Amino acid sequence: MFSLEGITTATQDWLLIKFNPTIALAIECVIVILLSISLFALLGLVLVLMERKVAARIQIRLGPNRVGPGGIFQTAADTLKLIMKEGLTPDTADKFLFNLAPFIVMMVAMLLLAPIAFAKNFQIWDINIGVLYISAISSLSVIGILMAGWASNNKYSLLGAMRSGAQIVSYELSAGFAVLTIVVLTGSLQISEIVAAQQNGWWLFKGHIPVIIAFVLYIIAVTAETNRAPFDLAEAESELTAGFHTEYSGMKFALFSLAEYINIFIVCAIGATLFLGGWMPLHIGHWEGFNHIMDYIPSSIWFMGKTFFLIFLIMWFRWTFPRLRVDQLLNLEWKYLLPISLFNLLLVTIIAIMGWHF
Amino acid sequence: MYNQTEIIKDTTELGPEGELVVNMGPQHPATHGVLHLVVTLNGETIKKIEPHLGYIHRSIEKMCESLTYRQFIYVTSRMDYLSSHINNTACALLVEKGMQIEVPERAQYVRTILNELTRIASHELWIGAMAMDLGAFTPFFYAFREREMITEIMEDTCGARLTMNYIVPGGLMYDIHPTFQNKVKAFIKQFKEKVVEYEDLVTNNVIFQSRTKGVGILSAEDAISFGCTGPVARASGVNCDIRKIAPYDVYAKVEFDEVIETAGDSFARYMVRIKEMNQSIRIIEQLIDTIPEGDFVGKTKNVLKLPKGEFYQRVETARGEFGVYIVSEGGTTPHRIKFRSPGFSNLSALSHMAEGSKIGDLMATMGTLDLVIPDIDR
Repeated sequence: MFSLEGITTATQDWLLIKFNPTIALAIECVIVILLSISLFALLGLVLVLMERKVAARIQIRLGPNRVGPGGIFQTAADTLKLIMKEGLTPDTADKFLFNLAPFIVMMVAMLLLAPIAFAKNFQIWDINIGVLYISAISSLSVIGILMAGWASNNKYSLLGAMRSGAQIVSYELSAGFAVLTIVVLTGSLQISEIVAAQQNGWWLFKGHIPVIIAFVLYIIAVTAETNRAPFDLAEAESELTAGFHTEYSGMKFALFSLAEYINIFIVCAIGATLFLGGWMPLHIGHWEGFNHIMDYIPSSIWFMGKTFFLIFLIMWFRWTFPRLRVDQLLNLEWKYLLPISLFNLLLVTIIAIMGWHF
Repeated sequence: MYNQTEIIKDTTELGPEGELVVNMGPQHPATHGVLHLVVTLNGETIKKIEPHLGYIHRSIEKMCESLTYRQFIYVTSRMDYLSSHINNTACALLVEKGMQIEVPERAQYVRTILNELTRIASHELWIGAMAMDLGAFTPFFYAFREREMITEIMEDTCGARLTMNYIVPGGLMYDIHPTFQNKVKAFIKQFKEKVVEYEDLVTNNVIFQSRTKGVGILSAEDAISFGCTGPVARASGVNCDIRKIAPYDVYAKVEFDEVIETAGDSFARYMVRIKEMNQSIRIIEQLIDTIPEGDFVGKTKNVLKLPKGEFYQRVETARGEFGVYIVSEGGTTPHRIKFRSPGFSNLSALSHMAEGSKIGDLMATMGTLDLVIPDIDR
């Protein structure tokens, strides 16, 4: 059976035989960096194409269909165009911060990749505070956005960045509380242990209604955190032309857009890990035959399938809903989502203490 | 005359109370054309809006003075390009009234049907554009699916999709296409099935309702004093449908309701237009099977000369009351011509409606005013 675990173990064994441990570690680092960069490029291409195809389906049109079979090379062509375009820096901009901002946003997205378990035992860094690490790092991206908005010296950018700051800081809370429910149930912050705890069933099914509520809250909060419609106020093009990245062009703009898609992938991957069992296959009670067949599907496919299902959900939102207004957005968080998440966390804690979950 | 520096102010400095002055337009995704709004902001709250016009001024009124009474009609298609049929009708009606030309019944029926189809097409485009202003992209494509059917009917009948130029003084330029009735019936069938989708996607959407209800309120008194007409005034409870007040063509013979809402907010304006589309369908249904046989154009002289005097004709376009005023000296061209465009008056109410609201509300208010810039700036 195909397994990524086998490849990594074999590589490591071979490296350790050939080189001394320090050099082996260095080589491993290089391999991981190269792999994650290529994963980034690949994800960017796939997700942009997927978004355009999903949008086209929803909007009764065909979407990209000229470059390559079914338009699959469209995003590659677009990227090529963006690379060749001139990256303008406005005269009045704070040039250092202006050019730094896209890299900060990108770096945050890259750092978030580390603790995600892509398949069984296939993880860059199984840190014991995995969930905390994710919450901590993901709040850094707001710095990049504020920096971009401020340094552009453009009123639209500034308004967009202010909106984005208010939004990300608020919705971080709900997302955090939703994640905490699973931490409470599992009793661990480590991603691998959270996945292992879902061996006999995903938390979404095991944890009764409170976990379902937490899942819904998580999806809403991360949609807001990644600045996606209906919460795309930071780049509301009918109001603020393009929000915080109005002044960016060429590859710097592409980095923002790439970081947005990578962030979507990451939050969906975390959602899949916490609520939908990560790479664990779907098992139903004592249906031995069914469970056995499910086990034959490689764990990486399970993980990607769940993640892309959540990504599809978030894309579906974008092409269905109008945008909220800025005060409605903050009302929704502080008046509804936050009290619900607090109460929900309490409920989950009671369930966890009493051991009522399956 | 203005010089350049008077129009484009230096807006980089903050105002006396820390206000931010933002130039929205002339190129901005939400102004749907070259409208330039100078918006004074206090944070996200709007303090003042100043529309600047003139970016697409083409001196249409002056141009019309050197065109004959047959020719000047075609220029009016370029004003409110979404109601070009209705503009043409207004001009043709005026010339007919001035010269006492008999219009055959067939032409009157076809004009009315085409006017109502134009109204539906205009409202369809408006739904899409307004939803896009509010951040929803999908309704645009749904609306365009139905609009495309109307555009095809127009293409068959008039040979053009946008600036039709089909109506001439005395009737129509040529007879309707043989497939006209079937295509219109097919459109009505499709529209009735699909209008439910708009209800699901837009009208009943919680976010859409919260974005539009209670936003950009215009009271009936203000609507009258700003000279608002059409759906904007009717949403505030003002009776102003010219088709009812001063019927032209065959509007007196058909049954339809004047849609009135009383809330005066963006949602009321939205509902007026949705219901108006259904009323338009009702009018077309009554006429499409009973188009009389006969001539499509009345007998007119080769050279039209309006008698000396002043003439005025008003019609109801998709945006409100459109008026044509001509002073004739008895020659082959108008001595002076003036168009009363609905968009201009509706725009003047914008600042009053949006003051004190958020930037997001400005989009909802402006979207439901349904502005067509070439109509405002002639």
